[in-house]
Amino acid sequence: MIPELGHFALILALTLAIVQSVVPHIGAVTNRGPLMKVADPLATGQFLAVLVAFLALTYAYVVSDFTVLNVVQNSHSDKPMLYKITGVWGNHEGSMVLWVLILALFGALVAWFGRNLPPTLKARVLAIQGLIGVGFLLFIVLTSNPFWRVDPAPLDGQDLNPLLQDPGLAFHPPFLYFGYVGFSMAFSFAIAALLEGRVDPAWARWVRPWTLAAWCGLTLGIGLGSWWAYYELGWGGWWFWDPVENASFMPWLTGTALLHSAIVVEKRDTLKSWTILLAILTFGLSLLGTFLVRSGVLTSVHAFAVDPERGVFILGLLVIAVGGSLALYAWRAPAMKAGGLFAPVSREGALVLNNLLLTTAAATVFLGTLYPLFLDAVGGSKVSVGPPFFNATFIPLMVPLIAAMAFGPMMAWKRADLAGVLDRLKVVVALTVVIVLASLYVYGFEPVMALVGIAMAAWAFFGAFAELAERTKLGKIPLPQSLSRAKGLPRAAWGMTIAHAGVGVAIVGMVGTSAWLTERIERIQPGDVIDVAGYAVTFEGVEYVQGPNYAAERGLMRVTRNGEEIALLTPEKRFYPVARMPTTEAAIHTTWYSDIYVSLGDRDPDGAWTARFYYHPFVPWIWIGSVIMVLGGVVSLTDRRLRVGAPRKVRPVPPARPMPTLPQPAE
Amino acid sequence: MARIAYLLPLLVFAAIAAWMAVPLVRGDDPSVVPSALIDQPAPAFTLPALPGRDDGLSHTDLGGTPALVNVFASWCVPCLAEHPLITRMAEVDGITVHGIAYKDEPADSIAWLERHGDPYTRIGVDLDGRVGLDWGVYGVPETYVIDADGRIRYRHVGPMTPDTVDHTILPLLRELSG
Repeated sequence: MIPELGHFALILALTLAIVQSVVPHIGAVTNRGPLMKVADPLATGQFLAVLVAFLALTYAYVVSDFTVLNVVQNSHSDKPMLYKITGVWGNHEGSMVLWVLILALFGALVAWFGRNLPPTLKARVLAIQGLIGVGFLLFIVLTSNPFWRVDPAPLDGQDLNPLLQDPGLAFHPPFLYFGYVGFSMAFSFAIAALLEGRVDPAWARWVRPWTLAAWCGLTLGIGLGSWWAYYELGWGGWWFWDPVENASFMPWLTGTALLHSAIVVEKRDTLKSWTILLAILTFGLSLLGTFLVRSGVLTSVHAFAVDPERGVFILGLLVIAVGGSLALYAWRAPAMKAGGLFAPVSREGALVLNNLLLTTAAATVFLGTLYPLFLDAVGGSKVSVGPPFFNATFIPLMVPLIAAMAFGPMMAWKRADLAGVLDRLKVVVALTVVIVLASLYVYGFEPVMALVGIAMAAWAFFGAFAELAERTKLGKIPLPQSLSRAKGLPRAAWGMTIAHAGVGVAIVGMVGTSAWLTERIERIQPGDVIDVAGYAVTFEGVEYVQGPNYAAERGLMRVTRNGEEIALLTPEKRFYPVARMPTTEAAIHTTWYSDIYVSLGDRDPDGAWTARFYYHPFVPWIWIGSVIMVLGGVVSLTDRRLRVGAPRKVRPVPPARPMPTLPQPAE
Repeated sequence: MARIAYLLPLLVFAAIAAWMAVPLVRGDDPSVVPSALIDQPAPAFTLPALPGRDDGLSHTDLGGTPALVNVFASWCVPCLAEHPLITRMAEVDGITVHGIAYKDEPADSIAWLERHGDPYTRIGVDLDGRVGLDWGVYGVPETYVIDADGRIRYRHVGPMTPDTVDHTILPLLRELSG
């Protein structure tokens, strides 16, 4: 009964979405208020209907209703409750329902909190959101119904892939989808702007918070994914350039570019058609990510059950959404008038450079990911592209990007004085030199790229604070005055500083673990002591444990330093009998600036075990840095200036007032 | 002129979409990329062993009994996904599985095998991917079924699933052992 209710709710949502995609648009074209206003209740209704469907599916998982095929294929009665629930989106059909739920939520948020949007813009945005909803709801109902029943019902389920039964991966998809789907807002606003034929600073102010929120979600999602890869798959790796990782990374790169170019639209009323194009591309890449995972055109550990019919459907959606919007772009964008002119050396120029490097990086990743496909289509020779390609092309693009990161915020709009900026950055240069010398002292000259990396990290980190120091006149006026100036700075300025500093922190982690890792592979007997970068690890033996849905051999490793006990590490080798899959669970002790990482290998016939010991310097900083970046985004979201479009109650402001160019450089 | 610049994104997208559509519209099963080498003898090759092991892999090792040749790499995440299946085939079903470590640092391959288990009878190191090129390797992982005469009989692109193993690969191997 409950699954049927969910099924019915999905169809209801589809019906509402169809009306939402047509009626408000007619209202906007004919300028009839009531027709436009109907979008609000429709968006709310669509959200509630999808929510009912999602809850119905969750219920089926929680009670292990094995009359539902989806539950049979992805769950098991012995599975811990957490993974029963996360199993809802651990499969193709359920994850699509989550996708649409988030999409409908964003639509509903615009309906609830977008009071101060111009009515035609709001109606059009909601109509486009409705249209995206139609596409995906149709997809679910026609090809991926999660409520399919099975008769006779089996006694138990087939269990979720054990690799996915992990807290890191359990919460990775919701954040990732929040990011992917969040970019649909920028997309809908872009299409609405093309239809309206108008992009102005107010438009950019509405788009930015949505883009920023989506970017925060995507950053967290990617961070969680890479953290999972590190401890579940990793022997030191935290990023594998896997097609599916790349699929989430491409919209992140263009989304980051979009965040920055929207600033130019907002402050300087220029780069409009470029920003629109970025919004379309970012969402297009999000759709492509969805397509790649599900169509089976590329294979990956993340790939869901492959079905060519679904591939054709998603490709069709992709062609309509991206092809249609690019056609609209080709038709309407030339009419967009550029605003303020600027010299190449200026804040605008720096942001253009940022955009060029980020989009080139995205194009590189795109090429590397899809290259094998293209060669296949033309029937050429078949070549595969691995991490070597990405390392050789991606890193050279990131170096100038990071180098420019400290310059950009110090430059004046329109025309800047490069020598003057350099002069004001001399403290940053000095601090960077100090850090590089320090790492030279500790780690030596090898490898040289590590020194370059550390220099980049220090430059990004201290550079982030340079602009803040300048705006608070730190060191030039008494400290209390500087502090009160700091308090008065817009949240967006703080957000930028925090996010840019986070980039620096993350780079230290990436460089540290790539360059200065210590690794030991040992055959060990109980009682053996292994020295790993100054820590003594004592192997005390192996015990056999029975988990809820697995059996495991658990190694006991006591970690001490100078006789002082630090941790007891328990790496496991698990076997999941239902899925017939073994997994390896590494044990990690983190000190916040490094990780001791132990994983248990095979047992030899003579009773010795193979084990791998790692000392990963700075590796936690990768994820600490990512979280700091997200924190910067969140702080920036709380800026009063952005609240006009953010989901937060504010008194209605007169809409679409032409924004005077702000006197202070506020990013 | 300016208008053409605005058309450019659409044209590029159209080209990409057409490219992606080709295999889908042709109705190819994406995991079965036909090989020009089907029913041909495996190309001649000799690959060195991993350091510390003495059995490399060459075409003379193929034949005699039906076997699988699995192309893998430690940097390849899907390889890890199919690894338990290969282990099961080797240990439970008694299938001979040879490995080609593709574009992978030998030390990384060894670490990976130690961590996840080594079901392979022989492993050849194809560091620069030269042999992979001769075989037409499209990406890792890839698995070939070789018959008793050393000819390639089937090719699977991408990670094997329990379904492909139980319904395609094992029946074919049984038939070849006939």
